[in-house]
Amino acid sequence: MNRLSRLTSTHIVYLVVLLTVIVGTILVGSVGRSFFSTGNISDILTGTSVLGFIAIGQTLVILVGSLDLSVPYVISLSSLIAAGIMANQGANVLPGVLAALAISALIGLANGLVVSGLKVHGFIATLGMGLIISGYLATNYQGSSGQAPLSFRLIGATGLGPVPISTLIMLATAGLVLLMLNRTRVGHHIYAVGGDLGVARMSGIRTRTPIITAHVLCSVMAGLAGLLLAARLGVGSPTIGSQGGYDLLSIAAVVLGGTLLAGGKGSLVGTLGGVLIFAMLDNIMSVMQINPFLKDVVRGLVIVIAVAVYARRTVITRPPRFEKSSTTPAREVSA
Amino acid sequence: MSVSENAQGTRNEILARNRSSAGDRLLRALRTPSGGVFILLIALLIAVIAANPSFGEPGSLIRFIGRTAPIAIAAIGQYFVIVSGEFDLSMGSVVTAQVFIAGNLIGDDDARVLPVLGLMFVFGAFIGLINGLVTTLLKVPSFIVTLGMMLALLGMVLYSTGGAATGNPADSFRQIGRGGIRDVPVLEIIPYPVIIFVVTAAAALWLMRRPYGRTLIAVGDNSRAAALTGARVWWVKTRAFMLSSLSATVAGIILVGYAGVHPSVGRGYEFTAITAVVLGGVVLGGGRGWVLSAAAGAFALETLFTLLNFLGVESTWRDSVQGIIIIVAVAAAAQTWQRKRRGASSRTHEPTHPIAPPPTVGTNERGI
Repeated sequence: MNRLSRLTSTHIVYLVVLLTVIVGTILVGSVGRSFFSTGNISDILTGTSVLGFIAIGQTLVILVGSLDLSVPYVISLSSLIAAGIMANQGANVLPGVLAALAISALIGLANGLVVSGLKVHGFIATLGMGLIISGYLATNYQGSSGQAPLSFRLIGATGLGPVPISTLIMLATAGLVLLMLNRTRVGHHIYAVGGDLGVARMSGIRTRTPIITAHVLCSVMAGLAGLLLAARLGVGSPTIGSQGGYDLLSIAAVVLGGTLLAGGKGSLVGTLGGVLIFAMLDNIMSVMQINPFLKDVVRGLVIVIAVAVYARRTVITRPPRFEKSSTTPAREVSA
Repeated sequence: MSVSENAQGTRNEILARNRSSAGDRLLRALRTPSGGVFILLIALLIAVIAANPSFGEPGSLIRFIGRTAPIAIAAIGQYFVIVSGEFDLSMGSVVTAQVFIAGNLIGDDDARVLPVLGLMFVFGAFIGLINGLVTTLLKVPSFIVTLGMMLALLGMVLYSTGGAATGNPADSFRQIGRGGIRDVPVLEIIPYPVIIFVVTAAAALWLMRRPYGRTLIAVGDNSRAAALTGARVWWVKTRAFMLSSLSATVAGIILVGYAGVHPSVGRGYEFTAITAVVLGGVVLGGGRGWVLSAAAGAFALETLFTLLNFLGVESTWRDSVQGIIIIVAVAAAAQTWQRKRRGASSRTHEPTHPIAPPPTVGTNERGI
């Protein structure tokens, strides 16, 4: 019992991943295909990359105690800006990418300023921001536009063996963000502010900086996801983000990964597990040729059941800065 | 007996001494976010009537209220959940599911209207019960529970119907959303949705003044404190979820008459309802806000859309304007709450106005 209760949510997430792999192997095998074939693994990893980018950013925002519902529109906007500037010219790839990311960062900055400065709940601030962008998109773009050059499209198409380049970029980004969360001041401040804004402020933390940082990074991640989608489609699309339902799916992936929705507790590694679970589910259901409407039913059930399984488990609070031994003597003193 | 009567008298005296006049209290209420939404609503109404004077006629005003009734009813339902500190994202899917149930089960048969109506309410209550029990007993965040419910319910509905609109309920059923009492002197017509809305709003107001409503707000403010004072938090919250799903059911019944049976009916309803509630000054996270302000938030939102229509704003910009309005309204509300908390010096705290009579010398609690 004691050992069981010491399992953190991240452990449980990866146990669920393992369970999904086993179930997937059996189910995919039952229709005469191999779950571990190169093509299938490549499919699953491709599925992780877009949601992975968004979920990394969403983890930061949720950790700091906010939410980001504007991601689908940032994704669409970024894909349109990039494809529009590139206009099928190989030389324009860099300006296109930079412009898309800069606009995304500006949107994130606006989100962060509204949340931290005007004290608007992240739910409302980003819902409003999403609506603003959605109105802009609907007014200025009737359909897909722009054209990504071949050199840019290769990012979405090539891979090292079964691992697509896009997944590698996503994992590298995750590594950087993990380093930021665990090793830098602003990373620790994100946990502190998400845990309790008032306590963090009274401890002398400038609470605005981590909130703004998290929002800017989240929007930049959404921008990256938009770039990736533009590379895959070859064009920019005003509906690509909202069609995917990425706002709610990414929040679900983060919570599935064991991060508390209220903020302050959770881990990026768990989020990646949550993303992997979603990607494998999608893959299994596609191979099984399940009705697309039933897919949503399965997704909904898995989200609720998986979160219910470890709702009472301990959650990773923060990188251990104070050694655990320090609590033992304290208990002895009181006894 | 006489002692308690005496104490009652003193208490009323002290209350009267400390209380400001009714006008003052009304003014102070209007300065809170929950009161401010009424000023916003009136301002928007004046603007609409200025842009299009025919909107101010009683007949078209009452029709406007009828059109807004479903979203206002949904906002009232969402209020119960939000004030208890939770979210209900499944509302839109419940509306869609109910619309499909009505379309498929009633058909052209008038005799089936009442049984199916009963079934729809049972179904709505059941969905709310599941949402509530999973949230409170399994300790899954309500955001996730209702998100899962939203995906699963919509998927089920679309799967079982093949994703296309099927069936059209009998005309007598659609009259609930379309029809009204005709030949009313000034108004020409009182649409049934208006009556349903008024009844719902009155019932909600009554419920929030009952012990249940007080407990609900206490649970939303601090569920642990409420639990320690003996409130059954899980059951209080579960009932809030049931009320929310039931109000989505009512909205769905009205919408069948308005919009017919279509998979897109109810899409995005949860976010519109949450927006309306927040616009009404209800704080996300629970414990603050008035139920009628939530309904007023819905009316303010719809009036805003009407205004944009009359001003000839391209319909594609509607989203953007809505986004700006929500952010500005909530930011203004946040500033007001903060100012209130900072400068909380009311007359009751002045030493010259004691809040309770000083204890009589020589007595203690046991009266010895």
